[in-house]
Amino acid sequence: MNEQIIIKPISRIEGHANIIINLNEDDSVIDARFQVTDFRGFEKISEGRPYYEMPRITSRVCGICHVSHLLASSKACDQIIGVRPPTTAIKLRRLIHIGQFIQSHALNLFYLSFPDLLFGMDSNPAERNFFGLIKQHPDIAKYGIKLRKFGQEIIQILAGKRIHSSDWVLPGGVKAPPEKEKISYLLLEADKALEITQRTLMVFKDWLQNLEEEITFFGNFPSYYMGLVTSKGELEHYDGKIRIIDSKGKIVADQLDPNNYTAFLGEATETWSYMKFPYYKQAGYPKGIYRVGPLARLNIICHCGTPLADRELEGFKSFGKNGVVQSTFLYHLARLIELLFCIEKAQILLADPDIYSEYVRAKAAVNYKEGIGVIEAPRGTLIHHYNVDKEGILKSTNMIIASEHNNLAYNRAITQVAKKYVIKKQLTEGMLNRVEAVIRAFDPCLSCATHALGKMALDIRLINFRGKLIDRVIRGEKGCFKCNSEPELLVLNYGDPT
Amino acid sequence: MDDEPIELIIDGIQVSAVHDATILEVAKQYGIYIPTLCDLEGLTSFSGCRLCLVEIRGSPKLYPACTTPVTSGMEIITNSEKLKEYRKICLSLLLSERTHVCSVCIANNNCELQDLSNKLGVDHVSFERNWTKHTIDSGHDFLVIDRNRCILCTRCIRVCQEIEGAHTLDLKNRGKDSQITIDFDALWGDSCSCTACRKCAKVCPTGAIYIEDELISKTKDKNVVSFLLKRRMYK
Repeated sequence: MNEQIIIKPISRIEGHANIIINLNEDDSVIDARFQVTDFRGFEKISEGRPYYEMPRITSRVCGICHVSHLLASSKACDQIIGVRPPTTAIKLRRLIHIGQFIQSHALNLFYLSFPDLLFGMDSNPAERNFFGLIKQHPDIAKYGIKLRKFGQEIIQILAGKRIHSSDWVLPGGVKAPPEKEKISYLLLEADKALEITQRTLMVFKDWLQNLEEEITFFGNFPSYYMGLVTSKGELEHYDGKIRIIDSKGKIVADQLDPNNYTAFLGEATETWSYMKFPYYKQAGYPKGIYRVGPLARLNIICHCGTPLADRELEGFKSFGKNGVVQSTFLYHLARLIELLFCIEKAQILLADPDIYSEYVRAKAAVNYKEGIGVIEAPRGTLIHHYNVDKEGILKSTNMIIASEHNNLAYNRAITQVAKKYVIKKQLTEGMLNRVEAVIRAFDPCLSCATHALGKMALDIRLINFRGKLIDRVIRGEKGCFKCNSEPELLVLNYGDPT
Repeated sequence: MDDEPIELIIDGIQVSAVHDATILEVAKQYGIYIPTLCDLEGLTSFSGCRLCLVEIRGSPKLYPACTTPVTSGMEIITNSEKLKEYRKICLSLLLSERTHVCSVCIANNNCELQDLSNKLGVDHVSFERNWTKHTIDSGHDFLVIDRNRCILCTRCIRVCQEIEGAHTLDLKNRGKDSQITIDFDALWGDSCSCTACRKCAKVCPTGAIYIEDELISKTKDKNVVSFLLKRRMYK
């Protein structure tokens, strides 16, 4: 019987997951699976609730990217009531979203990922964490804390609370404009944050020179890339239209209306994970594997739209062919460039006198039965889709969470890393950590992303003491059925999306 | 004889009270705290929530303070360990009966049930929770009733009948299935008796009745009853 190596649970990610590495009889790696083990069920919970409760309910999906859920949900509610929020409200929503980006990206980089890069993949796990970072590289650790604090402060000053400030962003706009004094404070802090980010970028680029192997083997594979862009093809986080490019940099679809996401995105389910597998419909499943998030966003755009970030973007694009960077490892660099972009944008918005206007909310009752809110969350494109009755009570909900889009890519990336590094006869901590680290590069938020309800994946296997399979029952999309064969190994033929 | 004050003891303190006064009224007068949820000054008390239960020395029973009149020589205990435990059970039962999720509730931080749970130390519910799925009636122009958050304190029914005089709201069914009903089981939007006075939303202790699109902190005002009574010079 083939053997499995199970890494359980993966540490330093948001949520719970296992990695299962399947080995052949000669102990070589056949494939690896990324298995999400927790289950939330928000789509079901929200049925029967009034539409205006949705921002509050869905922001509880996640304590890290709560603002993204708030905004996607409020945008969907804007459509249900059929209003165009006032300019000030949109600017303030953009600003709070920037706060969210800064704190979330700082969390992943400094707290979760830098320990791997600074101490090396083979170092002692007791040291390889944020506390080790504080001890060995106090400057870098302080940068992380300061940047995260800056992001959190933007959220707190606008919405009153750092986490789950769920009654500030409302359908049709926001609750109230901010106080001038507090914004002046943020402007001062923004200058400091910009300096810190630039310094970190310089240090990070130095590290990259010693990490060529990681860049080459950490999830370096062709895929489609998807994200929102402005009408000029610039980096966009709050509004915009969808652009999809292939691995060679060719734009396969541009300025797609996010409201029609079902026309180009399909969702598949597998028996072994609670997380769905979205794919690009036109390419089919699983060939329509695509990636979202910082790497994808920088791949699809021509330029960012702010001077410092644009300069860094040029350097980033030089890592790939035709300006398309394939290596999952470079998500980290993309994240840092986005941090820079967000701080530059924050400076512009904080200095805008428009944000103090009293006109912050458009009010209306239910006018449409459907609402779709699409934004770029720190981890990728986030879609909230609600159907309501004439009283505004939710009839059905569909959420495609940013981390979900990358599901096929996770499996592809860990398979690649496992094949390169995992050798059964010399199984070491460093090898397994590399498999975890590639997942960390994506920065998945799994507690957000698991909700394959109704098609709940279940695969029960009865195995005797000799390891022989006696019985197996699978519950999947086609109902419950018996299956007395060995579990089939992952045979997803991704093809080359070119 | 009836004009003479009644002498009694509450928690070891010698107090005097007028005839027909309830234990709760006397305790309030002397600054002795007895938790309540369904009781509201100015409305008829009906001892529904059982949180104001007190002990009377010499009797094995527990008595609701809001409806028990004082008598001479009574010795009342309001805060024994037994009572504390009973009150926690009462609150836990209220919390387990329907769908109370503070984090996503409109009344979060403005909820008497939540405040009391914090105050009395109910930090978890040990009973199996009955996650109700009652439909939400939001057909009214601005009033919404979410029966999943109702604790059946009937404040809304009493304020509607006794203060507004409309008697739009009432109870239907029995026990845990009891529900606030509008007219003869009508939708709120179709009600012919509702005057849309908002008093029900103002006195609701939880997020069961609220005004759509208005901050709950702005809506809630349980002093509205005593304020109106004063203005009408009933008392």
